[in-house]
Amino acid sequence: MSDIGGNRLQFRDPGRAAAMAEMLERLVREIGRDPVSVMHVCGSHEQAIARFGLRAIFPRQLEVIMGPGCPVCVTDMPEVDEAVALAEDGVRIATYGDMLRVPGTARSLADAQAAGARIDVVYSVTQAAQLAANLDEELVFFASGFETTAVATAALLLSGPPANFSILSAHKYIPPVMEIVAEMPQTRVEGFLAAGHAATITGCAIFERFVERHGIPVVVAGFEPLDILAGLAKLLELIRDRRAEVANMYPRCVRREGNLRAQEVLWKVFRPVGGRWRGIAHVPNGNLRLRDEWSHFDARRRFKIDVSRLWEFAPPSLAQSCICGNIMAGIASPSACTLFGKECVPDNPVGACMVSSEGTCRIWHQYGGQLDLRQS
Amino acid sequence: MSASRIAPDAKVMLKHGAGGRAMRELIQQVFVGDAKAPADGGIGLAAMDDGAALRVGDEWLVMTTDSYVVKPPFFPGGDIGRLAVSGTVNDLSMMGATEIAALTCAVIIEEGFPRADLERIKASISAACAEAGTAIVTGDTKVMGRGEIDGIVLNTAGVAFTRRVVPDCGLALGDQIIVTGTIGDHGLAVMALRHSLELEGELCSDVAPLNGLIRRALEAGGEGVVAMKDPTRGGLASTLHEMAGKSRVGIVLKASRIPVSPSVQATGELLGIDPMHAANEGKAVLGVRPDAAASVLAALRSHPLGRQAEIVGSCVAQRPGFVILDTGFGLRLLVEPEGELLPRIC
Amino acid sequence: MCLGVPGKVVSIDGLLATVDFFGIRRNVRLDIVDEPVEPGDYVMNHVGFAICRIPPAEVEETLALYEHLLAAMSKEDLLAADIRGEIGPAGEKKNE
Repeated sequence: MSDIGGNRLQFRDPGRAAAMAEMLERLVREIGRDPVSVMHVCGSHEQAIARFGLRAIFPRQLEVIMGPGCPVCVTDMPEVDEAVALAEDGVRIATYGDMLRVPGTARSLADAQAAGARIDVVYSVTQAAQLAANLDEELVFFASGFETTAVATAALLLSGPPANFSILSAHKYIPPVMEIVAEMPQTRVEGFLAAGHAATITGCAIFERFVERHGIPVVVAGFEPLDILAGLAKLLELIRDRRAEVANMYPRCVRREGNLRAQEVLWKVFRPVGGRWRGIAHVPNGNLRLRDEWSHFDARRRFKIDVSRLWEFAPPSLAQSCICGNIMAGIASPSACTLFGKECVPDNPVGACMVSSEGTCRIWHQYGGQLDLRQS
Repeated sequence: MSASRIAPDAKVMLKHGAGGRAMRELIQQVFVGDAKAPADGGIGLAAMDDGAALRVGDEWLVMTTDSYVVKPPFFPGGDIGRLAVSGTVNDLSMMGATEIAALTCAVIIEEGFPRADLERIKASISAACAEAGTAIVTGDTKVMGRGEIDGIVLNTAGVAFTRRVVPDCGLALGDQIIVTGTIGDHGLAVMALRHSLELEGELCSDVAPLNGLIRRALEAGGEGVVAMKDPTRGGLASTLHEMAGKSRVGIVLKASRIPVSPSVQATGELLGIDPMHAANEGKAVLGVRPDAAASVLAALRSHPLGRQAEIVGSCVAQRPGFVILDTGFGLRLLVEPEGELLPRIC
Repeated sequence: MCLGVPGKVVSIDGLLATVDFFGIRRNVRLDIVDEPVEPGDYVMNHVGFAICRIPPAEVEETLALYEHLLAAMSKEDLLAADIRGEIGPAGEKKNE
């Protein structure tokens, strides 16, 4: 009865999914606009949509835009440069697998590794701290991820890591970037599908002020196929009824107030600061940095990081021509970008949309445009 | 096609050895170049197949070579020795040559490598040879200074004779795609160990010589078996892309038919890795004419290494070179993995 | 953006739990869960940390909510009702 293992399959039931797709079809007809654009701000939503082939059953009029929801893809080049510079100076680096191939201004960590730098891929920050405990040298954990992942980093610091361990934080905080997207001129986004696991930490109440300010509904959704379809159905229902509200469609993990203990841990260690997100914009309060009380574990304080040598041959100005922000906002297609397919290719990406394996630009480049696999 | 601008200071990266597009491009650009096919209609470097086929009398001499580095050298289900024998036996088998005449084995050892480990690897090589009904007939041993290589490197080459060569590009419309068993086992088992993920469970490499299994399939299917390839690095996704591209057909797969063990499925979910991107060392992909599919499938299932064989898809005219996955919800393109498999957080 | 996987707690040692993820076990830290967790409970794991306990009742409730959503639709829409009829209560795959 209460066996979630068995229940999980019910969240992946193609029959119910087909019925829900039919429901989406009906809702967009009732809304009567073409397209109806909604945005998810979660790479894991995109992964699940892609993995299960859900785009093929979305109604033709429903445009589900992939927002700035991949913390790795939006990590800006100068942040990657810091890790690369440290690695090239001989400092041992541990990081999540996602971060390895993300390009900095001149090189990625994978490039540095090929040139001899020592880089360990870990699944958990705990594993990185354990590694440090067994070393006689410094280990820097290049920490990426949204608040969900930042909480893990914070909890580890609170548990007292070894003295040779430090953090280079590239953690990001999602709520502010939603404001940026909502405020983009010409934005067509009529509703947001919010990230279920980030909301597990922050709670869904955090979106209430956003909804009030922008008059756009937000639905928190989970990651199984039915979770996503039901989340979209709820979102379309709110759009149809012109109800700007927050709806929680992921109650098995998300509460209104969120995980208070996790929030306490998060804000004890981190503070939000403004910073550039790759290819998007300067996001006020979008980056998480260690508080001063934790500066003894801050790699930026412990080491003198000189990134200037990485900038000699590759001026970061390239990034200024990148239009990922507009592509994510759904107001431009990759073909409108002057870098696309030239300076910006999958092997050597400039913007977030080319970094991510599910990114719009990457998919366009790989498959020669947008591929429509919907069966009509 | 991806841009082929090559900067003068370009370096070879790990992704160039990971079995995907980057690797094929590197091999194409550096090694294949304008290599000609053998004059007698055989298969040479340009085909970028699993091995070469040269005409000798009324038979084909099939040969292949492969180098093996695996960190760590011992893993659940096998070790580098078993891998080196199986890999070469399987490359020959995928060309249709299942009677393995002989193998060679070269060993490069780092100074300080434990003698006991070396003997364990040798025992494993012998056992795998016995399984495949072949033997190492010549070899070479080198020792390098500490730090000059990582532990141990093996190279094996093999020769075999066959009357009919099966290429990896023989797919035509309507052909059925058969996978001989669960996928992703080797790649995920080794990755979990390499990155110290401390997963407890039944993750176990599938490394095994497949010539006995393939012999049965060929006996049952005869000329109806038109293409074969072993989905090693790059996994099922890369292998199918390569087969679809070379054969100029599209391949549609049914996700529900693709055999995946529960442990591999669970690990894939946990680490965000698609088992279709993970290496196999004891599995084969067969392209079979529709009228031979049932008998080939039955023959495969009658062998201990093929019990879980399945027909997973078929070849279509639409989108040649692409692999489309029917997830049960909708259709999607299967993308090729890029570079080494890594655990993901998002 | 945050890959989360549910798993069942097998045993607990202080702030460390052994969690079964559908056949694979791994240690998961309980530092940041804000509810008591016991063996048999389900937790959502992200990068080796449990970010919440998943109440079994909520799982049932979510499934019921989805059924309700679909049922509400079918009441309003005969077309949807037809489709549900075709699929059947067990939701067998039609396309097989």
